[in-house]
Amino acid sequence: MTSSSGPALVEVAGVEKRFGTTRALRGVDLSLRSGQCLGLVGRNGAGKSTLVSILSGLAEPDAGTVRFDGQPAPRVGDIEGWREWIATVFQHSMIVPDLSVAENVFLGNTPRLLSWHHMRRRTRAVMREWGLSIAPETPCSDLSVEQRQVVEIVRALVRGARCVILDEPTAALERRAAQRLFERVRQLTDGGVAVLYISHHLEEVFEICQDVVVLRDGEVVATAPTAGLSRDDLVAVMVGDVEQATAAHAPPPAPAGPAPATGAPAREDGAPREEVLLAVDGLASHAARGRLSGVSLRVHAGEVVGVTGLLSAGVATLGRAIAGAEGYAAGQVRLHGRPVPPGRRDVAQHAGIGYVPEDRRAEGFVAHLGVAENVTMAITGQLSGRFGVLRPGRRAAAAAPLTSRLSLVSSGPGQPASELSGGNQQKVTVARTLAHRPSLIVAITPTRGVDVASKELLLGSLADVADFGEAGVLLCSDELSDLEICDRVIVLVRGEVFTEFSRPPFDRDELIVATEGLTGTTISAAYGSTKNGSTEHGGAEEAAE
Amino acid sequence: MISNHTPDGPVRTAVRPGGAGPDTPAGGGNPGAWLRSRNVGVLREVALMPVLVLLIVVGTLVSPAFLTVSNFAGIGQQSSALGVVVVGESLILLIGGMDLSLESTFGLAPMVAAWLIVPVAAYGNGANLSPYLGIVVLLAVGAVVGLLNGLLIVKGRLNGFIVTLGMTIVLAGLQNGIVKAQSLFNLPEPFSYLGAASISQVPVSLIVAVVIFVLVGLFLRYHRTGRAIYAVGGNPAAARAAGIKVERVKIGAYVAGSILAAIGGLMESGRVSAVTGQQGYQEGIIFSVFAAAVIGGVSLKGGRGNMVGAASGVILLGIVQDILDLAQVSNYWIEAIDGAVILFALFLARIVGGESTAEER
Repeated sequence: MTSSSGPALVEVAGVEKRFGTTRALRGVDLSLRSGQCLGLVGRNGAGKSTLVSILSGLAEPDAGTVRFDGQPAPRVGDIEGWREWIATVFQHSMIVPDLSVAENVFLGNTPRLLSWHHMRRRTRAVMREWGLSIAPETPCSDLSVEQRQVVEIVRALVRGARCVILDEPTAALERRAAQRLFERVRQLTDGGVAVLYISHHLEEVFEICQDVVVLRDGEVVATAPTAGLSRDDLVAVMVGDVEQATAAHAPPPAPAGPAPATGAPAREDGAPREEVLLAVDGLASHAARGRLSGVSLRVHAGEVVGVTGLLSAGVATLGRAIAGAEGYAAGQVRLHGRPVPPGRRDVAQHAGIGYVPEDRRAEGFVAHLGVAENVTMAITGQLSGRFGVLRPGRRAAAAAPLTSRLSLVSSGPGQPASELSGGNQQKVTVARTLAHRPSLIVAITPTRGVDVASKELLLGSLADVADFGEAGVLLCSDELSDLEICDRVIVLVRGEVFTEFSRPPFDRDELIVATEGLTGTTISAAYGSTKNGSTEHGGAEEAAE
Repeated sequence: MISNHTPDGPVRTAVRPGGAGPDTPAGGGNPGAWLRSRNVGVLREVALMPVLVLLIVVGTLVSPAFLTVSNFAGIGQQSSALGVVVVGESLILLIGGMDLSLESTFGLAPMVAAWLIVPVAAYGNGANLSPYLGIVVLLAVGAVVGLLNGLLIVKGRLNGFIVTLGMTIVLAGLQNGIVKAQSLFNLPEPFSYLGAASISQVPVSLIVAVVIFVLVGLFLRYHRTGRAIYAVGGNPAAARAAGIKVERVKIGAYVAGSILAAIGGLMESGRVSAVTGQQGYQEGIIFSVFAAAVIGGVSLKGGRGNMVGAASGVILLGIVQDILDLAQVSNYWIEAIDGAVILFALFLARIVGGESTAEER
């Protein structure tokens, strides 16, 4: 354990948890002091989520103890009791959108006869105390993701919780909002609150955590102060020996972000191939998640084109419109010169457009169906016989090469997709797309919530499709590190094409500046000078504040 | 001191609740996950077996007439009409829909057909259709009702519960309206054959019902459209993203369900040698239909369930009904006891069937 200056607020000792034959946690020890921000990292499936549910009082450990300030933890199920100690802001919002901010803050904590006046006053007071400001009367459906997180944090503070778990809090936040979150976290720790910070973005861990705990296969494999660690060290510990060995002859072990994918250099020698695969003209959409006003672009065969921008810039809308997952107001999408009707996913797929959706839980797989069935869902027509008869064996055989190519780990082709870890679920989604051999793949933030090693695999598989399969790839992502496999990057600002970077390598800072809608090398130079060594998004943002 | 910078306008519009990339609990957060692994899957499909065995024991104790071939042939004949409707409802439940109007289709379709077949003197309309053409009409009525429901619900994006509830009443009204609330007797033999005939003690309706259960069961398991039904019911957005024609599958399920209800109605009319104004809606068979499906583990939320389960649900209800008859329960009490037994069976199925029959908390 790290040198502790204060008493341990949360003390986890020897916690074990099994799910069937899987040992999700094996003797986990962890301690968290008041005022500490502790990072918890690990690959998908390492046991982070299980540990979080045990710490939140939602699951009972098979062995081991959890103590708060020296006292044994309340029994599992006594949510009230747990909340007095520890509160969790989950990846998935636990806000009831139809209720107001004050009601959400007091959710599950209301007296039998509630006083609206009291609830609002308390909410306002706690907000003020912590330098936050959201009107308690606001309906939560009007709030941004960032503001909802604030409401969840306030909910914890109102109950006097002295420890807050943040589970992937920046997954849905823009860079600037993430930066504000970090400030709030620092403020919480300054005020004596302990924070357990879980993230796949190691840069964030380095930025705000004093110490970091690494989980691998349910075991704590390292606990160390972040100050003495490098990113490479941390990745090496997370990935472990086996992966290191395979990484040595596959993609390089990623010193900073995914390395250029295997085939990238091969493409650089020749100019992009002439054949226009995808032609998008004047695409306009009024979608609530991000409007588009007249976007035009071309994708050639064998080319990986990136589209990036802020969350509201319409990046995902563009991808969904092209893939036929949603309709659009005006414009045209043509594949091989033939128009693709708007909002017809089935027709678009038949025409040869593959689609890796942004939200895998919503669109990526059918939870209780098996891995093989999900992977082959788009090719049942090819697999079935004359009368549409589909043999499970054929399905499994068709899925096998794809799952092994993506190193998808499952207990078998029949395992329900819901039982897989997040990274493996994403592999199911990507495999489902690769299965029908599309001539164009539209992938929307395909690496969100996926660990470093899986990220490289997924991006590598997309790059391979372009290199060897002659397919085009349109990678719509606000994760700048995804864009390294791209041949070109188009930046959207407020639903319009703002600028295009036509040659790799793409300068990270220039990209960030462009997504903010700023141009000119002078600004980018200014950003560069104040940049303080953090490579992921973040560093440049401070300058913007 | 920091202040809460509220994000600028465009930020807010980009927000979708829960739109972030998720990460499920490692190793499947569900402690009962192993239950769904393949080797125990077969056991789960016959989860109602202990309950059925228990009922058979009870039945044997209640009456010596229970454990006889003729009694079971009777149960089969009585249950087959219901069973066919349960198959139809299960298809609709599997795609995540629901159809209350199957009970009215069950009455209306044979009524329309019989009305066109029987002579004016027997309250027919005078068309004097051949009974074979009558059966075609019966199937067509089912198809039209199903298509109408499907279009209203899927294309019109109306609420399925209220659409089919409204349809129930409209159809039941038609059923009485066209014959001025009369019952039609003296149905020609080809029309009543399915419900009335037996091949050496085995009722034809039972054979047909079993064939329908087996065919639909195989279809659901091994046909690509059958698998698409599970995908659509399990997660329509994911099915759409995978290129499945979601709307077509849904409408198809409504049409198939209504056609099956019409066939069930034909069996019932043959069994009682008449089409009465009560058949279907006024008998309130939809409760038994839903009860059988749910007891058999077909989820009301869609995407879960199979024909083995649905069949065992039907058999269970049939045996319960039979035992009540044999025990000579007073007519005044039979409904209360019937309902209570169904609730109890539902509870037992939940205990035995495990998570698959559980509602979400």
